[in-house]
Amino acid sequence: MQTMTVEPQEILRATALTKNYAGVRALRNGSLDLRRGEVNALIGENGAGKSTLTKIITGAVTQDGGELRVFGTVIERNYPNTARTLGISAIYQQPALFPDLTIAENIALAAEQGLPGIRVNWKQRRERAERLLQSVGSDLDPNRLARTLSMAEQQIVEIAKAIAADAKILLMDEPTALLSDREVNNLFELIHKLRAQGVAMVYISHRLDEILTIADRITVLCDGETVAVCNACDVDKPELIQRMVGRSIANIFPKREAPTGDVALQVNRLRQAEVGLHDISFQVRCGEILGFAGLVGSGRTELARTLFGLTPVSADVVVFGNAVTIQSPADAIAAGIAYLPEDRRQHGVILEMPIAQNVSMADLSLVSRNGLIQGCAETELANSYRKRLRVKAPDVHVPAGALSGGNQQKVALARWLATKPKIMILDEPTQGVDVGSKAEIHELIMQLAEQGMAVILISSELPEVMSMSDRIAVFHQGTIAGIVEHKDVTQERLMALAFGHATETVA
Amino acid sequence: MKRHTQEIAIAAANVVLLLVLAFTVHRFFTAENLADLFLANTPVMLMALGMTAVILTAQIDISVGSIFALCSVVAGIAAKAGAPAPVFLLAAIVTGAACGALNGALTAWGRIPSIVVTLAVMVALRDGLRWGTQGAWVGGLPTSFVRFGMDSQTYTTVVLILTVVMTVGFAWALRNLRAGRMIFATGSNAAAAQQMGINTPRVVFSVFVLLGALTGLAATLNAVRFQQVPSNSGMGMELKVIAAVAVGGAAITGGSATITGTVLGVILLGIIGPALTFLGVSAYWEKALQGAIILVAVSFHALSKHRRKRTAEVAIG
Repeated sequence: MQTMTVEPQEILRATALTKNYAGVRALRNGSLDLRRGEVNALIGENGAGKSTLTKIITGAVTQDGGELRVFGTVIERNYPNTARTLGISAIYQQPALFPDLTIAENIALAAEQGLPGIRVNWKQRRERAERLLQSVGSDLDPNRLARTLSMAEQQIVEIAKAIAADAKILLMDEPTALLSDREVNNLFELIHKLRAQGVAMVYISHRLDEILTIADRITVLCDGETVAVCNACDVDKPELIQRMVGRSIANIFPKREAPTGDVALQVNRLRQAEVGLHDISFQVRCGEILGFAGLVGSGRTELARTLFGLTPVSADVVVFGNAVTIQSPADAIAAGIAYLPEDRRQHGVILEMPIAQNVSMADLSLVSRNGLIQGCAETELANSYRKRLRVKAPDVHVPAGALSGGNQQKVALARWLATKPKIMILDEPTQGVDVGSKAEIHELIMQLAEQGMAVILISSELPEVMSMSDRIAVFHQGTIAGIVEHKDVTQERLMALAFGHATETVA
Repeated sequence: MKRHTQEIAIAAANVVLLLVLAFTVHRFFTAENLADLFLANTPVMLMALGMTAVILTAQIDISVGSIFALCSVVAGIAAKAGAPAPVFLLAAIVTGAACGALNGALTAWGRIPSIVVTLAVMVALRDGLRWGTQGAWVGGLPTSFVRFGMDSQTYTTVVLILTVVMTVGFAWALRNLRAGRMIFATGSNAAAAQQMGINTPRVVFSVFVLLGALTGLAATLNAVRFQQVPSNSGMGMELKVIAAVAVGGAAITGGSATITGTVLGVILLGIIGPALTFLGVSAYWEKALQGAIILVAVSFHALSKHRRKRTAEVAIG
């Protein structure tokens, strides 16, 4: 099917790669070709084999079968060092810098080949870092410690590292997952620059709009097999989704009516200097979905964490007409508030624990009597949610870590639903979740609101927050810059508020 | 199924050691010898229960040897002052719990790493005790102190029942009580547990208090076997207790341990020493061989865990 002639433009070709892990078939026919100066987007649902394919290319794992050619040479056994010598670099969703080293030192670690023990030329190191940062369009001080950088800044340093290592092939795994829209634009500018310099890039993302914007070609993986390679200008979103899942999803973001009930949560002039929140006032009604939009770091997650008692505050928080003091998550849970945190693997589920134990954890009184846990009650509870949320798992006794991202998120959701909350705060609930699970989670959020729950939805994905929310509160520098009604919402208006260019009457 | 490899391996090592002893040393399997061996290791067993809980929450307590010495002396002094058995036993337990509370409070709310806190407490208690007693042993104890006034056989039986009940009870509680679940959650992922409404500092504090109290009990059960209470008992005991838990398969990073493993670890550490002595291994080599056996057990665990982790990652990826 594929010709083995090496075009001059082609710098990497993976043909029919297979990889089994302990009997699990992760990749059965993975193919990818990469040309000089192009962005090739790799898409597919979670578990489609994207990570395995990239791991083979970066030398983290070795393929069982198939062929990997880089610059026309067949690579029999790829090791991380081989890949590095060939000019292959990778950056991931979570930047992996050494937090206690400076930017310059982090870059030096990626690039310097010198023997350990030889005296370091600090000045040269700094200047080189400065030059590299400038070349990626950043004016960061190379002497800053990595731990003081924002996610986006860390991502930029990661790219500078890759360039320092003279990368000819750059793999990017969900690089925008933790970035705000403006930061995404900066990253895209940088990608254009690298493309012009002839760097070949593999771009993995779940955000199809982004992919259609940035990619030249798109490689679609489905169940460990490359099912399509197409030019980005020839396809549209519905078609891509259909190829990925093998079925078409009518509407990713379901439309909805806006019924409202009593005021569930009212916050008056909340202030929390420690995390930079000030003058925050808003209310959310039963059956309403209130979106929180804004740049990363504008105070959305900080507010959610404060409302959930993770950063104690003596603020005027009114839940169903009663003033409450929330000093700890236990207080918040007692007040009927649930919080699905942003970083699923860090905080959302306990990976080592079985699904059942994860589901019962937030309210053990549901499955225990006199402090004694009733195993059957726990299993039953978990099973009822497994069915309701369609969690794909053989049973509820497998560890949560064995599930895909989307299913882990459903388990985390199940735990909070089990506490029968009145107010649900969802922080980036679909981040890094595959398309199928994403639609299911959206559907579920709608149902919760219809059943009368007050929902706060934090999302960095504008289309998501725009189509799901009845109203959208836009954050800017630690406060709400404005609240926009569903009918009045436009992308431009939200962006203007997020960047502090406009003000709206705070409802 | 693979989850029990560590337990099975340690159990097998125990069986092999015991078989070797059975065939080579005729004196080993006498009731007297076994009773001695059992009584000598009871303190380690009881403390290992508490240590398992502490290690489950991803903490460590290296001050238990010093707490052990302090509690022994407290029990002795109380008994000498005429306190009846329940009172001096309680005094020792309360003293242990208080030391545990200090360790726990500084770790949980003071946010000082437990290894630093307990290192400081270990040194402070040990040297404080040396200074306080001037190295003198507590002697001249009433007859009601020795074995709580029981005869040797009754005492052994009572301690045996107590140890078995506590061990089984502890294993059961860890699995079935809400408190046990909270310990596992805190150790697996403290940040996540906190976001699920668990008061993780309180959990950490509680396990230290529990270990302290168990150390008080262990110290008393050990002290009453003799006519005098030394002021320097429990030297190096912290290492034996921690080693037993580690050999039993506990993850030092928290969240994973079983009482079955700990029991097997205590047995292995308890019989290695006598086995080597009976087999005529030079005393100089004994400690080195003990260390080697512990190292093998722990590496085996690390290897099998590494393999498991890799298969788990695939399922995720």
